Amino acid sequence: MISARSADQVFVALDHWIVGHVPAPFQTLASIVIAVAMIIVVFAALFALTTVFERKGLGRMQNRYGPNRVGPWGTFQPLADAVKSLTKEDVVPHRADHVVHYLAPLVLVGVVFLSYAVLPVGRNMIAVDLDTGVLYFFAVGAATELAVFMAGWSSHNKYSLLGAMRAIAQMISYEIPLILSSVAVIMIAGTLSTVKIVEEQARYTAGIAHWNVITPWGLAGFILFMIAATAETNRSPFDLPEGESEIIAGYFIEYSGFKFALFFLAEYIEMFAVSGLAITLFLGGWSSPVSFLAWIPSWLWFFGKLLAMIFGFIWVRGTMPRLRMDQLMNFAWKFMLPMTLIVILSAGIWRFLSPAVVGPRPLGGVIRWLVCALVIFAPYILLARKLERGHSMEKRTYRFAE
Amino acid sequence: MLGEGIIQGLVETARNFFGSYVEKDRLTTVQYPEERLPLPEASRVFPFLLYDGKDPDAGLRCVACQICEKECPPRCIHIEKSKDKKPDFVGKMQVYPAVFDIDVSVCMSCQICVEVCPFDAIRMDKVFELSTDNRFRKLLYTKKELSKPNEYYQKIHPLEAAETDERRAKEAEEAKAKAAAAEAAAKAKAAAAAATPPVGEASGNGAAAPAKLAETKGSPQ
Repeated sequence: MISARSADQVFVALDHWIVGHVPAPFQTLASIVIAVAMIIVVFAALFALTTVFERKGLGRMQNRYGPNRVGPWGTFQPLADAVKSLTKEDVVPHRADHVVHYLAPLVLVGVVFLSYAVLPVGRNMIAVDLDTGVLYFFAVGAATELAVFMAGWSSHNKYSLLGAMRAIAQMISYEIPLILSSVAVIMIAGTLSTVKIVEEQARYTAGIAHWNVITPWGLAGFILFMIAATAETNRSPFDLPEGESEIIAGYFIEYSGFKFALFFLAEYIEMFAVSGLAITLFLGGWSSPVSFLAWIPSWLWFFGKLLAMIFGFIWVRGTMPRLRMDQLMNFAWKFMLPMTLIVILSAGIWRFLSPAVVGPRPLGGVIRWLVCALVIFAPYILLARKLERGHSMEKRTYRFAE
Repeated sequence: MLGEGIIQGLVETARNFFGSYVEKDRLTTVQYPEERLPLPEASRVFPFLLYDGKDPDAGLRCVACQICEKECPPRCIHIEKSKDKKPDFVGKMQVYPAVFDIDVSVCMSCQICVEVCPFDAIRMDKVFELSTDNRFRKLLYTKKELSKPNEYYQKIHPLEAAETDERRAKEAEEAKAKAAAAEAAAKAKAAAAAATPPVGEASGNGAAAPAKLAETKGSPQ
């Protein structure tokens, strides 16, 4: 019989077994190749699965069926899409910068896959356990902007350049709240290593895990992180860089066939990566929420959480319309930035309101929770009031058009 | 409060998402090849030729008068008259079309041919899944492909067909009655001629036939 422990470590054991059969000088190389291949295969497969889930989910949210023609319940739809994008003509504009135009999708895909190196997808399942894992993740994530601008610039098309400019403006604006909201977690954990952050959260008190999301600063930080991540991955409602109604398809307007599919792939892979980081930072990584469910393998927990996050992204996409550029910028600088700073403040207060200050566990814990929640909630109300002032819905009058 | 509307929206989409699995009438999609909505009575796609009875050659109503061919705005009908004649539904000898082609790649389903036909011989069809891999031969419908029985017409356009059938039955009845009357009159004349000594013997049959022809021609269509 397979014990819970061996089911949890089955992939690690398999990896060790394969590496053990490789001659000693190449063992390091073999271990790297296996890790890279697994990341590429698993997350590319997840991408294929997500495209069909997304289309079906969006369809259901709009009371439609979604794709249901290819295979049982339309599950072979990604195969049909792959065949379609592979057989399409690859058009490159005559005036485009051919080299950069060719490189942009490759750079983008390469860069987004790099960020998986520091994501622990299960206990002992991480490609590289860097001490500066979170920092590495954001550094690599910032490189996607380069690829986006390469695509926009090299296409020699005004819409594509506009799309790239929007993407750069948006990504830089939202990178700040993205990083600041994770600073709170780093402060409390006292480390930048993703493995240690998860281990910190995988402890249990009275059967409940120490996930950061159950603390007030963690909850607020998680929501802010997810909003920033949605903007960072150019997903609806922050999909201005590819707004079909105004700039057609943004920076990938001049891409067709498989290059377009690569952009599509990169966008989804980036979404999974940033969801994976949110899980690592706030949702306890591969740990189970309650101790009596800890027998379920850690990698199942991680991918279960990842699927839930993906559903969240699809749900938000099915709900909200696209923002306007000024709304996007106002939201980033006037709401997201102050709120993330307040979350950091709240995390600091949480750190220093230890049981020694507020008293023993049950009551002291409640007091600490309420104080930290108030530190976030009161500024939120004030900020919301300030932002909503003068934004009441009225019939608009056009002075010059009538 | 800031964010309230977003939560309301999320609740609405969640309700749609789960509701669409529970309540079937939320999904308005008709999954076309498997499910179909019934076509309206007046829907029409391309004309076809009607025939009575079982045999499409014997029962074809068309008399090759070529009115439809002349009236057709895009000129998609081609008719060639036959050399011989066959009896129509009232028993009169009529020419029939040796060739009757409709090029449905040209036809615009305007129904003018149907409106001008005095013989109720051409009507609009309802079939619309007519795509083909041969745009030359398979879009040119010949007499054989166009001929469809009256029962088919009754099935696809029940109201129109009932009205046409009633009218045609009445016409056939009238024609029969007139023929019978003409025959009776001819017989009476013959009897009278037989009773009184003959003045012009050949006039008996010769007078009845033109009279019958004139009556049939005068009947309303």
